[in-house]
Amino acid sequence: MTTAVQSSWAALVGNPNSGKTAIFNLLTGLNQKVSNYPGVTVEKKTGQTRFADGSKFYLLDLPGTYSLTAQSMDERIVTEQVLNWIHGHEPPGVIVSVVDATNLSRNLYLTTQLADLGIPVVVALNMMDMVKDEIKIDLDKLTNDLGIAAIVPMSAIEKWGQKELLEAVQKSIDTAFVENPFPIFLNDNISKVLNPLEEIFKSQLRYNERLAKAQALRLVTRQSTLEIYDEMSVNGFTADEAFMNTLRDKRQAAVDLLEDTGIKHRIMEATLRYEWLDSVLAAAKINIDPQIAEANYSENLDRLLTHKWVGPAIFVLLLYFIFQSIFTWATVPMDWINRGVGWVGNQVLNMISAGMLRDLIVEGIIAGVGAILIFLPQILILMFFMTILEDTGYMARVAFMMDRFMTMVGLHGRSVLPLMSGYACAIPGIMSTRTIDSWKERLITILILPLMSCSARLPVYTLMIGAFIPATKVFGVLNLQGLTLVVMYFLGTTTAFILAKVFSLFIKVEGKSSFVMELPPYRTPLWWSVFHQVYIRGKLFVVNAGKIILTISIILWFLASFPKVDESTINENPIRTSYASKIGHTIEPIIEPLGFDWKLGIGLITSFAAREVLVSTMATIYNVESEADNVVQLKDAMKSDKHPQTGMPIYTPLVAISLMVFFVFAAQCMATFAIVRNETNTWKWPLFMIIYMNGLAYGASFIVYQGGLILGFG
Amino acid sequence: MTLFDLIDGEIATVHSFTGDMELESRLVEMGILPGIRIRRIKTAPMNGPIELKVRDYHVSLRQDDARNILIQQ
Ligand SMILES: Nc1nc2c(ncn2[C@@H]2O[C@H](COP(=O)(O)OP(=O)(O)OP(=O)(O)O)[C@@H](O)[C@H]2O)c(=O)[nH]1
Repeated sequence: MTTAVQSSWAALVGNPNSGKTAIFNLLTGLNQKVSNYPGVTVEKKTGQTRFADGSKFYLLDLPGTYSLTAQSMDERIVTEQVLNWIHGHEPPGVIVSVVDATNLSRNLYLTTQLADLGIPVVVALNMMDMVKDEIKIDLDKLTNDLGIAAIVPMSAIEKWGQKELLEAVQKSIDTAFVENPFPIFLNDNISKVLNPLEEIFKSQLRYNERLAKAQALRLVTRQSTLEIYDEMSVNGFTADEAFMNTLRDKRQAAVDLLEDTGIKHRIMEATLRYEWLDSVLAAAKINIDPQIAEANYSENLDRLLTHKWVGPAIFVLLLYFIFQSIFTWATVPMDWINRGVGWVGNQVLNMISAGMLRDLIVEGIIAGVGAILIFLPQILILMFFMTILEDTGYMARVAFMMDRFMTMVGLHGRSVLPLMSGYACAIPGIMSTRTIDSWKERLITILILPLMSCSARLPVYTLMIGAFIPATKVFGVLNLQGLTLVVMYFLGTTTAFILAKVFSLFIKVEGKSSFVMELPPYRTPLWWSVFHQVYIRGKLFVVNAGKIILTISIILWFLASFPKVDESTINENPIRTSYASKIGHTIEPIIEPLGFDWKLGIGLITSFAAREVLVSTMATIYNVESEADNVVQLKDAMKSDKHPQTGMPIYTPLVAISLMVFFVFAAQCMATFAIVRNETNTWKWPLFMIIYMNGLAYGASFIVYQGGLILGFG
Repeated sequence: MTLFDLIDGEIATVHSFTGDMELESRLVEMGILPGIRIRRIKTAPMNGPIELKVRDYHVSLRQDDARNILIQQ
């Protein structure tokens, strides 16, 4: 098989937590592209870097995996990619296998699988800063024994070794690829059994010797390897039914023969590979007898952090701290942005003469986009905390501590991270459910995830709380505004858990769930890497949300401003005769029992695009409505809005609470449902979500508003 | 004896696996093979999953799965 070794790009492959993301960020800087949506290394990330001579070179960051036999969705991405490469579809010039030097044997297991592929492998031996000085590894011998191109010691945290890594990568791209024999010793019994499959791979798929042996071994070990060959096409050859049948039969024959000789085929590849690898490591003078009786610093820390009682208590405190800081720290930058937007609006007012264009820019675009930008600080702070929790290794502890509770409500310990990311945005949350290997629990996690109050609801909560909930103290210590916010988050979260339990009783899906999860050692986060990640996600949020909001702001401004009437003849505000008002008034009867007027009605419609659009919609409506030529303060405008006939305030604290409760439950963000459609491969589940969530929202708001009226809070 | 019966803090050697095939495959790929020594560190809050040390790392599994791992002390 000839692989195009010319292609000047490399793939980063490695175990979870080996430092792939850190190395990727170190090499590419901010020159990276995350396709579509921000995600927790589930998405495909590509980046660009340069060799020392200045020539360009691309990197692809793949999800973390322990082996090339896939179990979770995440790992399947890697397996499929790799199969594509060996079948000649745009293989990388080099595979950079990222290895955690403190955990060699398990990390190198994957490396040895990669080395069989016929693509040069360069090992980035990361975390060398953690390796004790006494350990002297004979790297040349190890390189040779493993049959790979190079091993480059490095430390992403201390930022050394990346230059050498790039040199090794460039060198192996430039030198002709030398094929090594399959390094693992197979005894006669096993060789004989594997031979028929090996021959098929060589003759039909044109695999080289090493790859054919490796794939034969994997196929006999894991039945699931069969599936990935189904309907695949290689070098002009397509795996038809006849081929698949031969493969299946030959595999079965091999399995039967092995059972007769007493070899357990299901653990065959791992047993052989680890035996060989452990001996190679011993020969390279690496102590492979781990001190398993010894407690390391992580274990000592965990005495507290995952303690039966103290652990969960610390977790709750931490959550409380995070949500408090979102509110307190963000106020200053929010104020700057607020003033900045006002300033820009006024500049434009002075620069452009009165007319349609000026109205569009000031009332439509600046007011609409400004209303969203203001929430960026809060979103960034939340993302910052999430990234830190993930990078320090604490998130795995949370999954460990919560698994029992999660399984009780029909979820999975791994649901915790997606659900918590859901507080930032449902989309990356839904995408990160791919790490849950059981389909049923994954589906339920997806179904309830949008009930976690995402940061797009925060603008709505903040606006309503700021305008209508007084900043008084309750019980002497708690701030009523903060408390209201916590209640909203709590409402969404508890409902999510209750529904998870309900769904788990009704949804019947095949597949057993397991929970084999590594608890990585605690590590200090790499601050620059954290900032990179936050920056990139933040940018994506602004760009994606910005596009939607800009479009909607313009459409809305149009609907709110037309048809133009001659203001001198009519004694009424122009917006009351506009298209927007007509639409709002049409749906007003439906939402009146919830306490919402026609303006909120328009907001509810536009927020189907994205929840935060409610705020910019209101901003646009009020700016159009206000006669003074400046950007009005939305909060004040809503507070002082009076019913034209009765002169009573339109928005009361009760309406504000009803609206917030509506937003806790309602299915509003179109992008979320597009993602759910992608992840579940049918429209059935997104439709189900839209129906149940909106039903819930209407019901809950109805009870709050009508109940409030009865109790006399109107 | 299974891993389920092992007391927190004790060390044992993996002997073989029973039951769930998927679990077995996952564990052996992570280097938890017959013959390897493991230490059970602790049990999660609410009697949840257990934490093990094996090779150079820590891993957790559910108690139900631990019943499928036969060990020798
Ligand atoms: N001490 C040390 N820590 C590092 C080094 N490189 C990365 N880390 C830390 O290791 C942790 C995991 O790094 P990531 O880059 O997120 O690992 P990853 O392989 O991308 O992990 P996944 O996202 O789970 O696939 C982070 O806390 C990093 O800060 C290093 O060279 N030395």
